[in-house]
Parts: sequence; structure tokens; C-alpha cells
Amino acid sequence: MIKKIAKRYSFFIWMLIITLIITAFNREIGLKSFSIAGSSFKQMISVVPPVMVLLGLMDIWVPRETMMKYMGEDSGILGIAIAMLIGSLAAGPMYAAFPFTEVLLRKGVKFSNIIIFMGAWCVTKIPTFIFELTALGFQFTFTRLLVDLPGIIIMGYLVEWVVGEKELEDICLKAEKRANA
Amino acid sequence: MTTLILYGSAILLLIISHIKDKGKTRQALKGAWKFLENMMPQFLGIILVVGLMLAVLKPEVISNIIGSKSGIFGVFVSAAVGSITLMPTFVAFQTADMLLKNGAGYAQVAALISTLTLVGLATFPLEAKYIGKRAAFYRNFIAFLFSFIVAFVVEKVMGIL
Repeated sequence: MIKKIAKRYSFFIWMLIITLIITAFNREIGLKSFSIAGSSFKQMISVVPPVMVLLGLMDIWVPRETMMKYMGEDSGILGIAIAMLIGSLAAGPMYAAFPFTEVLLRKGVKFSNIIIFMGAWCVTKIPTFIFELTALGFQFTFTRLLVDLPGIIIMGYLVEWVVGEKELEDICLKAEKRANA
Repeated sequence: MTTLILYGSAILLLIISHIKDKGKTRQALKGAWKFLENMMPQFLGIILVVGLMLAVLKPEVISNIIGSKSGIFGVFVSAAVGSITLMPTFVAFQTADMLLKNGAGYAQVAALISTLTLVGLATFPLEAKYIGKRAAFYRNFIAFLFSFIVAFVVEKVMGIL
């Protein structure tokens, strides 16, 4: 049991050891690293757990057919719009979007829509919109959004196209497997 | 504020779900825990890597390299720094503001923001676990190139107005 956990967390344990060694040589940098890591952790705790609960509920309550209809292969513009909407409403760092991709894959959502969702999650987040507006101003924020919005849609289709159908099937299978593990 | 809204809506929906179906709710919670736990091993390592990186890279150092006269080289450096660093978005915006005040250029800061939010070298292994290595690579790579377009447009618009 302990051995299994140690193996799963080996990357973390190694990083912890490295940071501790650095702290021994350079206290300032070491302690600052820990405090930055600590604030990242605090940020995670303040948004990620409820987001995962919402994802868990979505996974159980929204049937595959519904998701396929609104975000699947033939969902067109509506699918894009919904992908953008969920992505924009979400709060949390980029990595919190990854478990969403697993559920979306399993529910038969079109791959380009998944990439669009990830893009929206990263760049058109409504919760951080005010932060950007106050920090960087109206001009900067709106110019960036005007370029980013079409950008993430194009990116979605581009990624789907270069990855190719065969690999996409493989990705879906893996998502299925992980859910059953 | 965001925290309050998120925790509030999660709890509210859990209660509704519980009233409708206890078994399904338990299943949903189990799923939520699994999503969270699956992320943890990599996440804990990543925040230490990033903490170390941010402790070494100081804003003054960065704004020197990416000044408004630094041109395409500066944009490239910003995009590279933005790609390897991971920052909470609101910290990213504050940092960007600080960089601009310290003399960084608009194009360079736009490239930085764009890659900070869209490209994640540190989170690449985690992303590859979910959507596969190739898809994760292309998504990050295309987003990286796209950041140059964002930089270019933002620079032009800020120049006109």
C-alpha cells in the first residue's frame, strides 16, 4: 500500500527532495519556492474540488445521447457555442480542465469541440475577466479576446485534423478504460 | 467570490441530486473524488517545479529582456517563458501589468499572457494522459504559434489607439 502510493507520487517526492536540497544551499530561493507552491495549492483548493463535484454530477446525470446530440459529430455551430460557454463559465487552472476531457470523450463529444472547450477554459474565462480588465485595461483585453475567440475555434479544428481519425478512436478507448479502472 | 459561487452551486446541486436519487449522488461523489485524486500526484510535483521557477525568475529580470524595443526576439522569449511557466490567471494579469510598467512592450506581454494561459509545458505529461501525446503536442504547439498572431495584433491595435 505505502509502496504503491510512493510510486504514484514519486515525481512529487523527488521534487520535494530537490527543493529541500536547494533550500539548504539557498534559503531565500528555497523558501520562496515553497511559498509560491503553497499559494498554488491554496488556489487549487479554493476552486478545483467543487468543479470536480460538478463534473461528477454532470457525468452521472447527463446522458450520452444528450451530449452527442448537442456537442457530437453533427452538432455544428451549436456544439461550438456550448463548448465555449462551458469553458468560459468554468473557473480553475488549465489542468482542472483535463478530467473534463475524459468525460466529454466518453460522452461522444466531437474532438474539435473538446479542444475548443479547453481553449475557452484558458482564454475566455468570465471569472478572471474583471482581473484582466483592471490590470491591463479595456483596449488590451478586448483586442486579445477578439483575436482569441476565432483563434480557439480554428485551433480546435486544426488539432482534430492533424491528429486524425485513427488516433481519435484510440484516445476515446483509453478514456473509456480509465473510467472503468 | 468565485470560491463561494463554486462551492455554493456544487453543494446546492448535490442536495438536489440527493433528493432525486441517493445512489446516483454517491456515484457522482465517487467520480469527483477519482477525478481529483487522479490529478494529485502530477499536480503536487508541478506546483513545486513552478514554485522553483518563479522563485528564480524575477519580474525585473524578465522585463529587461522583453522591453518594447526587443522586437520579435522579445516576443519569442516571452512566448517561451509563458510556455514553461504556469501561473494562476489573476496572478498572470497582475504580473503582466507590472511588466508593462517596468518597460515591457505590448506585443511581448500579449505573447506572454497568451502562452501562460494556453500553453503548458509543465502540465504536458498530465494533458497527454487525457487526450494522448500527439493531440496534446499539437494543441500546445499550435497555441504557441498562435500567440505570435495575438502579439502582432495587440501591438498594432495598441499602436493605433
